[in-house]
Amino acid sequence: MKATNCIRAALAGLWLAWLAGVSHAGQTHVAVAANFTDAAREIAAAFKQKTGHDAVLSFGSSGQLLAQITQEAPFQIMLSADEERPKKLVDDGFGIPESRFTYAVGKLVLWSRDPKTVTGADTLKNGRFQKVSIASPSAAPYGAAAIESMRALGLYDALKPKIVEGASIAQAFQFVDTGNAEVGFIALSQLAGNNGGSRWLVDQTLYTPIRQDAVLLKKGAQNPAATAFMAFLKGPEARATIEKFGYGLDDKR
Amino acid sequence: MSAELWQPIRLTIELAGLTTLILLIIGTPVAWKLSRHDAWWKHALMAVVAMPLVLPPTVLGFYLLLLLGPSGPGGALASLWGARTMAFSFTGLLIGSVIFSLPFVVQPIHNAFRAMGDRPMEVAATLRASPVRAFWTVAVPLARPGFLTAAMLGFAHTVGEFGVVLMIGGNIPGQTKVLSIAIYDFVETSRWREANILAAGMVAFAFGVILAMNMLEHRMARDNA
Repeated sequence: MKATNCIRAALAGLWLAWLAGVSHAGQTHVAVAANFTDAAREIAAAFKQKTGHDAVLSFGSSGQLLAQITQEAPFQIMLSADEERPKKLVDDGFGIPESRFTYAVGKLVLWSRDPKTVTGADTLKNGRFQKVSIASPSAAPYGAAAIESMRALGLYDALKPKIVEGASIAQAFQFVDTGNAEVGFIALSQLAGNNGGSRWLVDQTLYTPIRQDAVLLKKGAQNPAATAFMAFLKGPEARATIEKFGYGLDDKR
Repeated sequence: MSAELWQPIRLTIELAGLTTLILLIIGTPVAWKLSRHDAWWKHALMAVVAMPLVLPPTVLGFYLLLLLGPSGPGGALASLWGARTMAFSFTGLLIGSVIFSLPFVVQPIHNAFRAMGDRPMEVAATLRASPVRAFWTVAVPLARPGFLTAAMLGFAHTVGEFGVVLMIGGNIPGQTKVLSIAIYDFVETSRWREANILAAGMVAFAFGVILAMNMLEHRMARDNA
């Protein structure tokens, strides 16, 4: 009897401590497109330090995250890899219209772990590789941009049999990183702090700019931590981080 | 139905059929060895066989990606026919599926051999049947229900495979884009009508397999009684 009382008291204490913690600092769930993984981690850490709020990050392809949000996933913010999906979320009543903005402009890069393999567009022309990995073009904007670039170079039909698809850009990277594909189209941000291998920053005239939009979701509209995160993402600290990871910023702002 | 829907169905049936065939061929001798007499190493082997039941598909997928790749044995083997890796190929998926579905085939056969006991083989031996002949004319027919269960489970479990294929497949239509991956793709791209057709088909398939197995077991039990 005494023991159970002790446990009960302890549990109540824990619960109170937890409540106290929550009332001081909030928490927000953010769905993040896979290409933004590392940058988002750094931004979330800075956000925590500055505001005390926790940003809990979930990563996936934009398509995957969209499907989850439309099925009432507990996300309060979506950082997409494109502008269509956040727009669609607003149109379908999941997102707050005026909250949508471009937080980063993505850059596509052709990468190989081998220091000599990638020299430029001619690497694709010569086709001296067996596999080229891309992200799923239907679910991930970087995959669609890769297809678009190959088409613009007139090489798509020749390269098609060599294409392997990852479920997200993270997997496209992993296929090259494990050596299973010699080359792959990935996001420049994935190579931040990695000087290895060889790369070609794909000519940005070859594909539609990858404007990555953020949107506050209805589930987060009443949460101060969520609105604070959106504000923080627009601020100078976050913008510096975003640039550091190899993204462009929206010129329109 | 369009080719987009048919192709993954056909591919999945091919993969599951071949996997089951290979598993019956290599699983039977393994199950037989395991069912005769007890030795410490047999427990270890049994544990190895059962491991895919416990391991998350991501563990198998991760190691397969490395093993099939250019720095693993799979890559060395692939270089025989001029390829660099065995990932992203039907053969690669077949290797993954055989490992993944191994316990589902070995265990039912093993159980059937064990349930049979030593007596039938001893009797066969006193009638001067050679061990090989006794195996084919006595053990295999007696273990028939085990073989049927093994084949059905092996096939069904391979059809239901997802994580391993996602990690080593590369989503290539006609080669590695199996049913489960096609469904995932349709869901991701908001094509829910197509996803529904395939997913509902899978639900019906799963129900059919389990129902058939239950009825089979019931009939076998009655026939034996």
